[in-house]
Amino acid sequence: MTDKELSYCPGCGHGTAHRITMEVLDDLDAIKDTIGIAPVGCSVLAYEFMNIDMQQAAHGRAPALATAVKRLWPSKHVFTYQGDGDLAAIGTAETIHACNRGENIVIIFINNGIYGMTGGQMAPTTLPQMKSSTSPNGRDTGTMGHPLKITELIAQLPGVHFVTRQAVHTPGGVRKAKKAIKKAFEQSFENKGLCFVEIVSNCNSGWKMEPRASNVWMEENMFPYYPLGDIKVNGELISK
Amino acid sequence: MAMKGKIVVDTEKCKGCEVCIPVCPTNVIEMSKLVNSKGYHFMEQVREECIGCTNCALVCPDGVITVYRVKV
Amino acid sequence: MKGNEAMAEAAIRCGADGYFGYPITPQSEVLEYFMAEEPWNRTGMVVLQAESEIAAINMIYGGASTGKKVLTSSSSPGISLKQEGLSYLAGAELPCVVINVVRGGPGLGDIQPAQSDYFQSVKGGGHGDYKLFVIAPSSVQESADFVKKAFDIAFKYRIPALILSDGAIGQMMEKVELFEQEERLTDEQVIEKYGSWATTGKTADRERNIITSLDLIPERLEDHNKQLQAKYKKIEENEIMFEEIHCDDADHIIVAYGTSARICQKTVQLAREKGIKLGLMRPITLWPFPKKKIAEYGDTKKGIPTPDEVLTAFEKHFM
Repeated sequence: MTDKELSYCPGCGHGTAHRITMEVLDDLDAIKDTIGIAPVGCSVLAYEFMNIDMQQAAHGRAPALATAVKRLWPSKHVFTYQGDGDLAAIGTAETIHACNRGENIVIIFINNGIYGMTGGQMAPTTLPQMKSSTSPNGRDTGTMGHPLKITELIAQLPGVHFVTRQAVHTPGGVRKAKKAIKKAFEQSFENKGLCFVEIVSNCNSGWKMEPRASNVWMEENMFPYYPLGDIKVNGELISK
Repeated sequence: MAMKGKIVVDTEKCKGCEVCIPVCPTNVIEMSKLVNSKGYHFMEQVREECIGCTNCALVCPDGVITVYRVKV
Repeated sequence: MKGNEAMAEAAIRCGADGYFGYPITPQSEVLEYFMAEEPWNRTGMVVLQAESEIAAINMIYGGASTGKKVLTSSSSPGISLKQEGLSYLAGAELPCVVINVVRGGPGLGDIQPAQSDYFQSVKGGGHGDYKLFVIAPSSVQESADFVKKAFDIAFKYRIPALILSDGAIGQMMEKVELFEQEERLTDEQVIEKYGSWATTGKTADRERNIITSLDLIPERLEDHNKQLQAKYKKIEENEIMFEEIHCDDADHIIVAYGTSARICQKTVQLAREKGIKLGLMRPITLWPFPKKKIAEYGDTKKGIPTPDEVLTAFEKHFM
C-alpha cells in the first residue's frame, strides 16, 4: 500500500480488501509483475492506495482492459477491482464475456448492494425492500427486479476456474478472504482460467448505519442472499 | 507459555469506526474520549491483558493498528 | 487488395501488437483478414473479436496503457459507441490507432460510403475538449501507408490517431505496394521506450505508473487541459499534410478529401479540358486541418466552390 490515507468512509470494507490484496501480492513477490485495473466507483482512487502500476477504466469496462493487458503481457498478473454497480450493471457484458473467454485474470468484486461513490443509489445487487436514494421506499422487486446474483451467473461459464464469496468484517473472514485472493492470483497465473473473488461488504454511509451496526445488518440481510463460501473450485461447481 | 501483546494505534489515521472493538477476545480496547485532529474518537488499549492475537489489526479498514507480542 | 485488407496487412507489417475489433459492414474484412492471416504466428500479434465496440475500444485503452501498439476498426455506428473510450484515450494521452470506415448515417443509415462523420472526427465526438489526429486516405495505397503514419504520430505525441476511410475505399480493390515487415518491439524494448509512463509492472527502481484521465482537483485538471492544448498546437504546427492538383494557376479551387477528392480530380481534369482553370486542394490530415494554406487562396483565387456549386456550373456548361 502507499502511505496515502484511505479516502473511504470509516468502517468501509474497501480498505481491508485493498490491504489484503496488496499483502497477497507482496507474499507472491508479484508487485513488479502486476497490473491492476481500477473501476469507476468508490474504489476509483484505488491507484492512490495500491502501490502497483494501475490503469483507471471507464465505468464497467475494467474486464475489457484486463483482457487486453493479459493477452499482450501473458507473463504478468492482471486483476480488476470493481464494485457492484461497475461490474453487475453497466459492465455486465464486459464481465460475462471476459469470464466466458476464460481470461486468465483475477476479478475482485466488492458487493455492498449499493452505489457508494455517487451517494447511495440502488444497484443491481440491492436487496428486496432495501432502501437507497433511488429506492426510498425500498427496492420493489415487482418493478425493479430481483437482486442480480452475478457471481453465481458467471460461475456457470466454463472459462471460469475459481469462484468464491468472502467477507472482511471479521478476523476469520479476513484470513479466509486473503487465502482466497492468493489462490485466485496463483491459479490465474497458471492460466487455469478466470478467478473471481466476491467480497460482500458494508456501506455504512449508503445504508445510513453505524459501521458496527452495518456489519451486523450485513450478516442478517446480505449473507442469506449472498451466502459466503466457495462456489466453484478447480472448474467444478460446488453443489450446495 | 503465554503470549503477551501490545498494540500501537496511529491515532491520527483512526477514523473511529469501532469495527475492531467487538473482535478483541480479551476486551482490552475501547474508544477514547479524546479525538484526533479530524474529530474522530480514536481507539486505544485500556487494559494489559492483550495477547497479541492481531484480530483488531486484521479487521481495521485503515490499517492503523500495529501489534507487538512476545512469549512470556 | 481491398482497402480494409491493406490496412490490416499494414498493421501487421508495422509491428502492431494487438487488434481488437467487432464486425460491422463495411469494415468486417479488417477483422476477417487478421483471423485468416493469423499474425500471431507471423509476428506474435494478438487479435481478438470483442463482444462490442465499447469493449473493443476499452481493450485498446488497456493495451495502449502498457505502451503496446494497438488498433481497432469499426464503422460509423460502432465509432459512435467508441466515443467515450476515445475521450478517455485522449484524456489519458494514450497512443493508438482507430479506423473508421464511414457509412451513411445518421442512425443505422446505410452501408454506402459517406463523409458524414467528419464533424464527429475533427471536432471531437466524445465529452471534453480534445482532438484526435485525423488522417483521410483516398486510395488503397494510402490506406496502408497511413496505418504506419498514424501509429508514428500517435506514439510521437501520445495521441489517439483516427484513420477516416469510407465504404468505397474500404471495399475497393487497387494495387498496393506494402512496406517491409518491421519487427515488433520486445517487452523489454517497450519497457525501455515507454516505461516512464506505461503500466508494465512497478519494478523496485521506479515509482508506480498510473494511467488515468481522472483528476478531482480542478486546478490540476485545468493544467492538464492546457497541456493538451499546447500539444495540439505543436501538432498543428508540424504535422499538417495536404495535396494540391493544378492549384498554381487555378481561378477556383475545390477542397475535398477521401473519395470525394478522387471524383473532384476527374472534375478538374474535365474542366481543364474545357479551358476552365479549376484546381483541387486535398486535405490529407483533417486534423490538423490545412487552414493557413486555404486562407492563402483567399488572396489570389476567385473562390472555393462547393461540390454542389461545381455540379450546377457543370450542368450549365456541359449539359
